[in-house]
Amino acid sequence: MTNVRTDARKRDSLAIGAVRRDFAPWLDPAAKPLIRYEAVTKQYSDFVAVNNLTLNIYEREFFCLLGPSGCGKTTLMRMLAGFEEPTAGRILLGDQVVSGIPPYRRPVNMMFQSYALFPHMNVEKNIAFGLVQDGVPKNEIADRVAETLRLVQLTPFARRKPDQLSGGQRQRVALARALIKRPKVLLLDEPLGALDKKLRSETQFELMDLQVNLGMTFLVVTHDQEEAMVMADRVAVMDKGTIKQIAPPGQVYEQPASRYVAEFIGDVNIIEGKIAEVGEHQVRVTRSDGAGTLLIDLQNEPVSVGQEVAVALRPEKLVLHRDLPTDTPNVLSGDIWDIGYLGDWTIYLVQLASGQIVRVSRANSRRFVEQPLTWDDKVHITFASEAGVLLTH
Amino acid sequence: MSHIPASDSPPDSPSTQIVASAKAGPGTRLVRALVPALPFIWLLIFFLTPFIIVFKMSLSEPATAQPPYVPVIDWSEGLNGLLDALSQFNFENFTLLTDDWLYAASALSSLRIAAISTILLLLVGFPMAYAMAKAPEKHKPLLLMMVILPFWTSFLIRVYAWIGILKPEGLLNMVLQGIGVIDQPLQILNTDTAIFIGVVYSYLPFMVLPLYATLDKLDWTLLEAAQDLGCPPWRAFWQVTVPLALPGIAAGALLCFIPIVGEYVIPELLGGPDSLMIGKTLSDEFFRNRDWPLASAVAVVLLIIVIGPVMIFRELETRRLEKSR
Repeated sequence: MTNVRTDARKRDSLAIGAVRRDFAPWLDPAAKPLIRYEAVTKQYSDFVAVNNLTLNIYEREFFCLLGPSGCGKTTLMRMLAGFEEPTAGRILLGDQVVSGIPPYRRPVNMMFQSYALFPHMNVEKNIAFGLVQDGVPKNEIADRVAETLRLVQLTPFARRKPDQLSGGQRQRVALARALIKRPKVLLLDEPLGALDKKLRSETQFELMDLQVNLGMTFLVVTHDQEEAMVMADRVAVMDKGTIKQIAPPGQVYEQPASRYVAEFIGDVNIIEGKIAEVGEHQVRVTRSDGAGTLLIDLQNEPVSVGQEVAVALRPEKLVLHRDLPTDTPNVLSGDIWDIGYLGDWTIYLVQLASGQIVRVSRANSRRFVEQPLTWDDKVHITFASEAGVLLTH
Repeated sequence: MSHIPASDSPPDSPSTQIVASAKAGPGTRLVRALVPALPFIWLLIFFLTPFIIVFKMSLSEPATAQPPYVPVIDWSEGLNGLLDALSQFNFENFTLLTDDWLYAASALSSLRIAAISTILLLLVGFPMAYAMAKAPEKHKPLLLMMVILPFWTSFLIRVYAWIGILKPEGLLNMVLQGIGVIDQPLQILNTDTAIFIGVVYSYLPFMVLPLYATLDKLDWTLLEAAQDLGCPPWRAFWQVTVPLALPGIAAGALLCFIPIVGEYVIPELLGGPDSLMIGKTLSDEFFRNRDWPLASAVAVVLLIIVIGPVMIFRELETRRLEKSR
């Protein structure tokens, strides 16, 4: 089974590269979005789930809505599916305003978090359900179901009932049922949430292949940042009904727009400080803990002397030294407080004089180290001026 | 302090001793064997024994005596008495049932009334159960309470109350005449309509409760999924809700149908002289004609009629379980 899947990947990988490599319609001002949320608000009696949100999603895009539970991401998706109506604003699909159109007439299909497979129907009937509703001729239904079963590699399970399948197989039935109608947009609500870790990482790549091969637009809701980072063309990081940043995964990680995004995506160390000096390309930041200054590259956002800022540092961009290096302007000194060995990486938690814990990760590129760092060792952390991200809010 | 002994407790601690004695004692083994046997013993005493007595009676002949039938097994004669009685048993009462059209007619009429009532109950009960299952979580206990509440008053009194409502000068006719819908009082009491009203009213909880139990467990996202795939709500009801509610529908229908077939009180109080029901016929045979053997034969036939749907239901249920396995 696993071999079959790997082979399928090999065959398609060229196509995927060609499609995904230069895919960036959001940079093209002439490109017309497929889905447009225009100042959409969804108000429930006691709270605002989505707050005046505007968002464009392009055709063939793999778009992820990422955020903690209760941030409004599911509501946003359900409004497109038609299960909720916006309180204000409008949603366009192509040129059509979808508000008021009942779910069963919208050209989108959804894969539910719980899969919502019909327990009284077998796999085949579940998958065929959408086509039967549309009155597609019987022999065409049979052909398309067989084809879709092949696509998700479930042909031998066609006659089984959902409760006779494993979690991974159920997930594929749900996927097959949602995509058999070739919807304009496929909505996936936590598509991999119920799978175990190993299966999840396998399925992530399968979903990407599928999306490229079918040429469909995918809108995925997830709270799992790894899932979003791996699969998406663009990620929207959400919080309390608003979007904090929309960007490709690499940009969200390396150039977070705010402290919230930096802290939500991956691990990050935040060093608080005040701008002391603004140069042409770099700024000098006085650390709030009084332990000296840091030299950080200037980013797009303008800053002024005296402004409070946070410097975000990713653990893998930090370097540990036993002896105080002299050739770098950025040094954080402390003791090793704790060590987490992960095999490929080791995480060092370093306590600075101020008490702040800084997380440093180091790739274990060598099997044996003569004098490994251990608990309570005195260490110095250095980093390049381009490693730090200046965050003003 | 009767917790499960931890593995580190010393070998002679009290808890270990308790476990050791519980493992071995022959008395305990008897108790363990008795627990699953209890329901069977219950059925044996309170169902099978009376049925055997009734069946024995149905094979006897009526007599002007106390009890009003012969033969009676004369236990003082020992085995001979038993054999003597057995030799006199015959199936004459059952052939008599087929001779007189009255019995077949009342059986058929009972089945008809029970079938129509069950359909009416389903039509009234399903929307009620559906609304209850859809109600906000905090209102559910109250709604459930309201369904069960009538049980707190005597069944007989509630049926009598319907006489007051349905009789020609009763509440219903007064209201209808008062608002000018009719000018002559409707004759509802002592008709089959009154029986249907009484039966539907009395048995409604037995229909609503199993339906509610099934619908309450229904995963409503399935209906969303159906809609998402292009299925309008009314079609989703037939294609998703009803098939998934089928066990509840079957349970409710049986729970109503079976006792309605043998219903006696409601047709006696609300029905008319020509509303035939087998329960009424049976009671007439027992108390008016004092023909206990024939009445017993009617009771046996009633049981057989009622067992039919139960067997069908069990068959369906096993097939459903096997399918899902």
